[in-house]
Amino acid sequence: MSKIQIKQLSKKFKKRNKYIEALDQIHLSIQEGEFVCLLGPSGCGKTTLLRILAGLEVPTTGEVNIQQEGSSKTPIQSMVFQENGVIPWLTVEENVAFGLKMRHLPSSYIKEQTEHYLRKVGLINFKKLYPKELSGGMKQRVSIARAFANDPEILLMDEPFAALDEQNKFILQEELLSIWQETKKTVLFITHSIDEALLLSDRILLMSAQPGKIVRDIPIRLERPRTIEQVRSDPEITNTFLEIWEHLQKEVKQTR
Amino acid sequence: MKTKLSIQQLITISSPLILLLLWEILSQTNILDARFFPPPTVILQTLIELGESGELFQHVSVSLVRILLGFLLGVLPAICIGLLMGMYKHFKYFFSPIVMIFMPIPTLAMLPIILILFGIGEFSKIVTIAISVFFPVVINTAAGVANIDRIYLDVAKNYQASAKDFFLKIALPGALPVMLEGIQMGQAIALLTIVAAEMIGATSGIGYLIWMNYKAFLLPEMYVGLVLISFFGYLFSLLLRGLERKLLPWK
Repeated sequence: MSKIQIKQLSKKFKKRNKYIEALDQIHLSIQEGEFVCLLGPSGCGKTTLLRILAGLEVPTTGEVNIQQEGSSKTPIQSMVFQENGVIPWLTVEENVAFGLKMRHLPSSYIKEQTEHYLRKVGLINFKKLYPKELSGGMKQRVSIARAFANDPEILLMDEPFAALDEQNKFILQEELLSIWQETKKTVLFITHSIDEALLLSDRILLMSAQPGKIVRDIPIRLERPRTIEQVRSDPEITNTFLEIWEHLQKEVKQTR
Repeated sequence: MKTKLSIQQLITISSPLILLLLWEILSQTNILDARFFPPPTVILQTLIELGESGELFQHVSVSLVRILLGFLLGVLPAICIGLLMGMYKHFKYFFSPIVMIFMPIPTLAMLPIILILFGIGEFSKIVTIAISVFFPVVINTAAGVANIDRIYLDVAKNYQASAKDFFLKIALPGALPVMLEGIQMGQAIALLTIVAAEMIGATSGIGYLIWMNYKAFLLPEMYVGLVLISFFGYLFSLLLRGLERKLLPWK
């Protein structure tokens, strides 16, 4: 039994009396503890797929199954949003504790869990600050800590590093990997950056342009912990990069 | 930096002082007719005299009580209805036309109806203030909720916020900045309204003070009323700005 099972999923939007097919017959399964990146050209419906898993959209047909292993109180999923997902009127600490507070858990547990992940992302000394006082990278750390602190069955990440500069992106990617390796959560991560997908994932699911379909399933067999230097220098990975690059080029050209 | 700031402050203080000085000189030399434009020193003296006799205190406190009660009576329902309008579109569809119908009517034009409904007592003045404050606050509150970034609604939903938590942690604090702007506007309108209302149908208050003294041609006393309005307008907006800083530490 796999952790995430998606069967025959499709999604249509109605726009000016016309149906637009965003997702077409998505079929996939993800194993417990896997880090999977969903990679595709922009507008291919990858965010829609993630939002369906996050319970923010309803599929037109098909079904999604996420296996619950913990107690029934464990949340099924938590999402790391794109930039700006941090709530400006809550402090760093309150943001990280948000999911736990919404579930009305005992305050001692909330405090412990919040401090743990604040320490993990290096924001313990900033916990009383409001998001306006943080840099973009720090805000995304808050977002990541919030999702992990909630301790869900699976984590969903919607291009969390897309708005960051290159340096910060590398640092946060490595931090994310180190937290993930401790918790071994199942992660579905959306990105349009091939480098990011190669560095992070166990498997890359390659999507076609609209309507989104999963066209390739590429395992990344690079030892962990990985560094960006390894990813850049490994010949096999370089081949994979080129393969994906060509596919994306083709898809983007088709939609023009 | 520090000297620059003090120069700025100096200029800011200088303009009203120059104005007063000019007025004083022109009035004392009778270039300006001192009967209509008594010199500021005379107005100040009158202010002190009226203050000492206790008459001033009575007018001021009557007006302030009316403003305070009217303000509360207007703001509280405005916030409740505004939040509901912002959160539930059916409420918005229901209340929007009512708001649109009544908003363009100056509250003072409704004074006759208010007097018919509530008599000539204190309560009709409080209601007048309440109505005039209600509209800017209700509109800004609804707009404040409606303009909360969608992503925070997604965050709340994704992290399983209950309806109550959603209201307290997302809708209310998210709407607060725009809501406070509405309250700031309401405060200014309340002051306008009370003075005008007291001129028409009252036997006490700052507006009454201005109007009666004008009729009796006691112009220094009339100017005292104007000075007081200016002072309280400034004081209220200072208080509200202080409240804003307290309520919105994240801005």
